[in-house]
Amino acid sequence: MKKRSIVVIAYIAFLLLPIYWLVAMSFKTTQEILGGFSLFPQVWTLESYRTIFTDPTWYWGYVNSILYVTINTVISVAVALPAAYAFSRYRFLGDKHLFFWLLTNRMAPAAVFALPFFQLYSAIGLFDTHIAVALAHCLFNIPLAVWILEGFMGGVPKELDETAFVDGYSFPRFFTQVFLPTIKAGVGVAAFFCFMFSWVELLLAKTLTAVYAKPIAATMTRTASSAGYELGLLAAAGTLTIIPGAIVIWFVRNYIAKGFALGRV
Amino acid sequence: MAKITLDKLRHSYMPDPKGPQDYAIKEINLDWQDGGAYALLGPSGCGKSTLLNIISGLLQPSEGRILFDGNDVSALPPDRRNIAQVFQFPVIYDTMTVYDNLAFPLRNRGVDEAKVTARVTEIAEMLEVTEMLRVRAANLSPDNKQKISMGRGLVRDDVNVIMFDEPLTVIDPHLKWKLRSKLKELHQKVGVTMIYVTHDQTEALTFADQVVVMQDGEVVQIGTPVDLFERPAHTFVGHFIGSPGMNVLPAEVKDGAAFFSGQRIALEGAIIPGAGLHQIGVRPEFVSLAATGVPATVRKIMDLGRHAVVEALAGETRINAIVEGTLPGPGEAVHLSFRPDQTRLYRDGWIASEKERAA
Amino acid sequence: MRKVNQKGWLFVLPVLLLVAFNALVPMMTVVNYSVQETFGNNQFFWHGLGWFEQILRSERFHAALGRQFLFTAMILAIEVLLGVIIALSMPRKGFWVPFCLVTMALPMLIPWNVVGAMWNIFTLPDIGLLGYVMNHTLGIPYNMTQDPLAAWITVIVMDVWHWTSLVVLLCYAGLVSIPDAYYQAAKIDGASNWSVFRFIQLPKMKQVLTIAVLLRFMDSFNIYTEPFVLTGGGPGNSTTLLSIDLVKIALGQFDLGPAAAMSLIYFAITLFVSWLFYTLMTRHDVK
Repeated sequence: MKKRSIVVIAYIAFLLLPIYWLVAMSFKTTQEILGGFSLFPQVWTLESYRTIFTDPTWYWGYVNSILYVTINTVISVAVALPAAYAFSRYRFLGDKHLFFWLLTNRMAPAAVFALPFFQLYSAIGLFDTHIAVALAHCLFNIPLAVWILEGFMGGVPKELDETAFVDGYSFPRFFTQVFLPTIKAGVGVAAFFCFMFSWVELLLAKTLTAVYAKPIAATMTRTASSAGYELGLLAAAGTLTIIPGAIVIWFVRNYIAKGFALGRV
Repeated sequence: MAKITLDKLRHSYMPDPKGPQDYAIKEINLDWQDGGAYALLGPSGCGKSTLLNIISGLLQPSEGRILFDGNDVSALPPDRRNIAQVFQFPVIYDTMTVYDNLAFPLRNRGVDEAKVTARVTEIAEMLEVTEMLRVRAANLSPDNKQKISMGRGLVRDDVNVIMFDEPLTVIDPHLKWKLRSKLKELHQKVGVTMIYVTHDQTEALTFADQVVVMQDGEVVQIGTPVDLFERPAHTFVGHFIGSPGMNVLPAEVKDGAAFFSGQRIALEGAIIPGAGLHQIGVRPEFVSLAATGVPATVRKIMDLGRHAVVEALAGETRINAIVEGTLPGPGEAVHLSFRPDQTRLYRDGWIASEKERAA
Repeated sequence: MRKVNQKGWLFVLPVLLLVAFNALVPMMTVVNYSVQETFGNNQFFWHGLGWFEQILRSERFHAALGRQFLFTAMILAIEVLLGVIIALSMPRKGFWVPFCLVTMALPMLIPWNVVGAMWNIFTLPDIGLLGYVMNHTLGIPYNMTQDPLAAWITVIVMDVWHWTSLVVLLCYAGLVSIPDAYYQAAKIDGASNWSVFRFIQLPKMKQVLTIAVLLRFMDSFNIYTEPFVLTGGGPGNSTTLLSIDLVKIALGQFDLGPAAAMSLIYFAITLFVSWLFYTLMTRHDVK
């Protein structure tokens, strides 16, 4: 019993150490950071955070990221719902191949798509817009959402559908009033994963934006290289990117275990 | 095989139990005779599974001892108590064949392979699963899976007791009966002590020689199925066993006699002196429609073919009677008479009238 | 059984259009580039399979591919083993469970470049926590920007930090779905801890482990941002994994033809190995 908790505690400590260092760094002054090693901030300062919240190029980065992540999550889940329903309830020509083909897009290296995406979205005039990033992220989020939702829907007995139709529900009414509430945990989990993968992805987001839709993560790398190495500012910006994820994960904490198994355990 | 003794057993799931209400098991003293077929009967949440897990060693009791043949085993882990347990849902090792499943408990104890083969073959024959021995256990039907989990208990020849925790819950109704008679047959063949936990009176009464009825962490009565039916020691037993259950009427006791709504009711024998809340208990089987007796109005009649259950209201009290022959109509005024030798007085739930010595 | 209903296509159509738009058009572009040569000015000439030949023969590609396989094999081995051990050690109920789950999931929700930046700050020789402790407290010389071995180990440790939780959470999901009765029966049957693992826990985890290995394979094989931010592929080319090399060629040198050919080879390898894993790991379930 004891030995087991030591394993878990050691692992959690390992996870938290780099995060702690980032957070500690964000509260230090630049002199202190460059002046040498200190385990805790000697002088606490909110200077780095003040810079981020007052400089539009910084805080717009957050707004941009949250905007395209939200759009992507909504689109992905909305189109994945009917598709997952079809895969779990109907048999149709080529369904298995289609499902597999969808999943292969999850395997595509983002680096492969960086350049063609740039050209594609420039050609249709969407370059440097939120919608471009949101659409591009659909490439890997839609297959994932379909996969997760199909897993959850498979756990709902077909008798539910049949009973509802016998009771005179039309399909749209059945889907929104009976079926969706039944799989709301699955919808939550799928939305969580879409949020997660869109939030953490940078290569495509950076490639598809320049000024107006630039994500926070890209702001960080560009600032880091142009304005010298402002470690405190970088740390503060990094710390702030952890917060949305932490909030979202808190909402789905009771479904995490099942969600990560994609509803298939 | 062994005689099992529970000595002043108490258990609470709370770390610091304050009063009796915190105990899942309230002091139980009980002997299970070697080779008996017992049923542990009670509603959900009465503590029967807790008791079972204490006997098997999966749970350490808060207080008291468990003795196997007089030896204290309270501190021993399950594998050293030589017991077997069959769970509500069939527990089988999916990746193994049926043969390996049955051999598993023996191999874990280092039994040599020749003996393993002999035992497994013997038990497989008894359970009629010989032709499945090479099949992967995951592919079996639920009733066969449950047979295999029974088999893992039977395969060891040193088991003190086999315990069944509502083993037929997931079995199809038409297979339940078959599996139950198989179990009865195995008990007679092997002669090992069996304890069968259930909340289903039919299962308990058909399987067991002795039924232990539990309620709220207490044993309320131990007896043969006939005892439980004919002379319930507690109104709970009367109510829980039988269909419909025993009628329980509010009663008054004056001058050594019992009265129900002002009428004197004849009992099986003398009243044991004492004070408390009095009730009269009589089974519907022993209530009849008569010219005189307790006046009542018929409310409902359920015709079950061979007989009918007549539900009547005497004042505020509902009384069931099982009637054969001509039936009254609903709303009709009738008189109910109780067979005296099957009518008893209960005080605070427990029986408080003496059985008349057979003359 | 599912009903045969061609209406299914209607339901799938929006997904199909969106994904096809994102997958097929760029893929065509890549295929198009991969067979052409350009000398700028938007002039393209047919080049046949020349680029493919060049890439497949180039030592640079072989080196990057080798590093990629080594990296993926190492992190798979470490993360799966560690993930299973940690999942087995997790409490199954109680107050600490949500806390453990949330903390463990946290690294996965941090943007990938922040992960790289965070580890960069963490490992700076004199002012990073790890770098300081290694160099000054433990006296082990450690400087990732100069020592290829240190860079390699850091990239591996960072990935373990980032993704082991995925394996933990998947395995944990498998473990909590085992009813208590299985453990109780095993106790009564006198099973050893190893038998419990081998015959109860492992079979239950097998399905989720398949998902874990597949996901980790795909994602580690496609990894770009974290090692790029951490080491920039260096020192030298020591941590230049496939994606980093590809982006260097495509966006850095703007060699569109070779980059496109390399993309296709890269994608084909990912697909093939994923398929291989999947087939091998689910082979036993079929019979």
